[in-house]
Amino acid sequence: MIDQACSLLSCGPDEDREWTMADYESAAARWCPGCGDHAILTAAQRLLETEQLPPEQTVFISGIGCASRFPHYMNTYGFHGIHGRALPVAIGVKLRRPDLHVFVVMGDGDCCSIGAAHWIHTLRYNPDIVALLLDNGVYGLTKNQTSPTSPKGKASNTQPRGALLPALNPLSATLGVTNASFVAQTGDWVPAHLYATLLAAYRHRGFAFVRILQRCPQYTTDLFEGAVRDPGLIELLVHPDGVAVSELERLYKNQVRHDPADLDAARRLAEPDGKIRLGVFYRNDALPVYEETRAVPTRSHAEKLALLNTELDRHAV
Amino acid sequence: MTMAPSSPPPPTAASSQQARPERTILRVPEHTVEVVSDSGEGAQKCAQIFGRVSAKMGNGVWTVEIIPAEIQPPARTPESASGNRIRIGTKPVTNWGDHADVVVAFNEQVLLHRHRLGALAEDAIILIEDQWATHDDPDIRKAWADAMEELGQRSYRFIHVPMEEQCLTVTDTPRRGKNMFALGLLAWIYSRDLDKIRELIAQEFRKKAQALYDSNVALLELGHRWAEEHLDFRIQVPAIEADRPRVVMNGNQALALGAIAAGMELCAMYPITPATSASHYLSDIFERFGGLVHQAEDEIAAAGVAVGASFAGKVAFAITSGPGLALKTEFIGLAVMTEIPLVVVDVQRGGPSTGLPTKVEQGDLLAALFGQPGDAPHVVLAPATMEECFLSMTTARRIAEAFRCVVIVLSDANLATGVQPFPRPEVNEQWLAQSPDLGPVREGLRPYEWDPERGLSRRVIPGQPGGMHTVTGLSHDEWSHVGYTPDVHERGCVMRSRKLAVFQQMLRPPLVHGDDAGDLLIVGWGSTLGAIEEAVDRAREEGVAVSSVHLRFLSPLEPGLKEIFRRFKKVMTVEINYSDEPNDPYITDENRRRGQLCWLLRAQTLVDIECWTRVPGEPLRPGQILQAIRGHVPQEVTR
Repeated sequence: MIDQACSLLSCGPDEDREWTMADYESAAARWCPGCGDHAILTAAQRLLETEQLPPEQTVFISGIGCASRFPHYMNTYGFHGIHGRALPVAIGVKLRRPDLHVFVVMGDGDCCSIGAAHWIHTLRYNPDIVALLLDNGVYGLTKNQTSPTSPKGKASNTQPRGALLPALNPLSATLGVTNASFVAQTGDWVPAHLYATLLAAYRHRGFAFVRILQRCPQYTTDLFEGAVRDPGLIELLVHPDGVAVSELERLYKNQVRHDPADLDAARRLAEPDGKIRLGVFYRNDALPVYEETRAVPTRSHAEKLALLNTELDRHAV
Repeated sequence: MTMAPSSPPPPTAASSQQARPERTILRVPEHTVEVVSDSGEGAQKCAQIFGRVSAKMGNGVWTVEIIPAEIQPPARTPESASGNRIRIGTKPVTNWGDHADVVVAFNEQVLLHRHRLGALAEDAIILIEDQWATHDDPDIRKAWADAMEELGQRSYRFIHVPMEEQCLTVTDTPRRGKNMFALGLLAWIYSRDLDKIRELIAQEFRKKAQALYDSNVALLELGHRWAEEHLDFRIQVPAIEADRPRVVMNGNQALALGAIAAGMELCAMYPITPATSASHYLSDIFERFGGLVHQAEDEIAAAGVAVGASFAGKVAFAITSGPGLALKTEFIGLAVMTEIPLVVVDVQRGGPSTGLPTKVEQGDLLAALFGQPGDAPHVVLAPATMEECFLSMTTARRIAEAFRCVVIVLSDANLATGVQPFPRPEVNEQWLAQSPDLGPVREGLRPYEWDPERGLSRRVIPGQPGGMHTVTGLSHDEWSHVGYTPDVHERGCVMRSRKLAVFQQMLRPPLVHGDDAGDLLIVGWGSTLGAIEEAVDRAREEGVAVSSVHLRFLSPLEPGLKEIFRRFKKVMTVEINYSDEPNDPYITDENRRRGQLCWLLRAQTLVDIECWTRVPGEPLRPGQILQAIRGHVPQEVTR
């Protein structure tokens, strides 16, 4: 992310201070044992440590759901808002405070259902924000209802005879939106890949959308079980401009070289064909960033008053 | 109104060139003009300029838009009527009055619309485009004849004006130029300053071609000449030299400039009538001031962006109308719960649902107060004039920041589109928001360090070292830690509510218009101020012991109301929202649904308050209110 000068910034970060993982830890996470969110929390804290982001300059914004408890467990500023609406809040923060590092954490209900309009339009705005979709294919906090990403046939309390519709594919939906600038997928059970993907997302200039396949030990226990047990079901997208994790290359034999600049190829790879692909599907640093497009001059009170008087002159009797 | 004829003026050099009609000059303290055309023919522009030039010449002015909901409804239909009413006076004008005295109509159908609404004075002078009488299309000729028969039942005075024929001598597209011709007519009738009008035309077309300006001015002058050669009357509404500089604008422009004067930095919006024109104006000028308008993908997102910016220490507001307020409900509740300052402006229109998008109603009061699930105490205030639209933004911003609360500002379509001159605001640095302190917080500071008596606490803003915390819409303690225990939830409720009581103690009781005691007290709020006070004044001249109070704060209510109410035999609200009539079928005292302010005041004061409300989709007329006053004065005193 690009730090910009900000009128509000009256005291800069402590240059000499070295931040450690512990500096980013807050209350003990209360997700279920075995929940994929724990690994994502650790990866995020590790990212902040690597990038040495001052906690006070960092904001985690979420909606409602299991995933949205995330900010409470980070020792940064946090905003735990309402269901589906994390992205507009994040735009409001970033638009007028581009000096802050803004992360959004959403579940699949948040992002792909109740907040779907914000998902599409935030891709268009392309603010310099990292958005994590923690996708476990189910509504967990409200106790097992069908989500847009539930696989067809998965039984839930609202669709006990199995999910009626085919699952929405967040990757192809995202890649179809004008101005999408960074689209990646990773899994909570591959910590090295997860961390590397978050790092790439953070370093991307623009809206970085990361779908994280996330296990729910309560309601979708078998959703990714096959891929967890059999690395052969996974295909890694590899490229110097993508995510490179050398230690994974021996374990994950299926690799496809994919240039993240190639949008057509990204869209093809995102189509469901039985393979789970992890890596950077698309990346374009050249797209305009909303808060830069909308940058406005900083005006002193005296300047504002002078301009206001000129404007009042236009209405003078 | 009385029209005192006086002697005609001496002939001028220009008027001596040919035989002129004998002229009557009517010298009156006030007069009301309407310009109506098919939508798209520009009557609005004509009337706006007439209103502005009248204000610039020192008259009191109040204008009201007559506006169809569609952009281009079928021409020559009553539903197509588009235009403006302009009431000008020697003294300040505070409402649109009862009836139009002079009407310029571009066809008989739009005139019929105004006639059927009872908008025209019994003796109104009507200048009407007469090409329809002799039109090639027999259906049009028949429509004209039928309309004239209906209109003939009243004693209007018709003056036929060959607008199209005249305009064709200057332009090939008379449909687009008639409005300036009409402006010329009115300019002559009311002796408006042509130089000032030319200036205003130049302002209107400043971004367009010089040729457009030239042809508009030629049409203006043509209308002026035609009037001079053909009309036998002129009307004088003397102006008084203002003792202070004044500005003239509509309520939405006033809100927009008020937001700038308040130091606002972000306006988040989604297009909705009749609020949008405020953000049009801001979109044009806000960035120069270091602010910006964010058009969000929907009403909910607009609220979210404003909340996010405010959370981050910037001064933000959202502007919408009723349907948008409904959609913002959840975010308003969140801002209340997290104590993030937020100003939401609701420019009310007729409801429920899509309702009357372009027309006035005061139907959102209770939704603004109680729309959020759970207990969500916040401030609701309502400006009553264009000037108060300007001032309310700074007031709202200060309250929101000082009390870490939500402030809803209730304007309406009448204020939004009406134009009124008012004293030029003298804005100084104290109006503008101060940049928040981003210094480190002291060790151990809690994000909600509530003063146990007042519920107030200091904001901690992202960027402040040592202040890290997560705000949440869940029930929380002073540390912003989620807590579901009775003591945590109840304490939070008390603290958020207490702030309102503390704020209420800072308010002063409302002033009574008229005597402090009497038979009947009218209580109003919002844009009805001028009409109510005019009606009260007229009733008092008739000897009725009536007074009025006008509330600016609806939540919390201003203090001392019960004490004021006690001094009158009867208290009655006058509002533009729905209430059951007491004598209607099935309606009893128990099931009667009352006006929204009435409902609120009854609940809060236990006084048996009456209401008189109407939902005509137009501002209340003072004459209507006067009749309501006469009908509601307690009987035993009107013997």
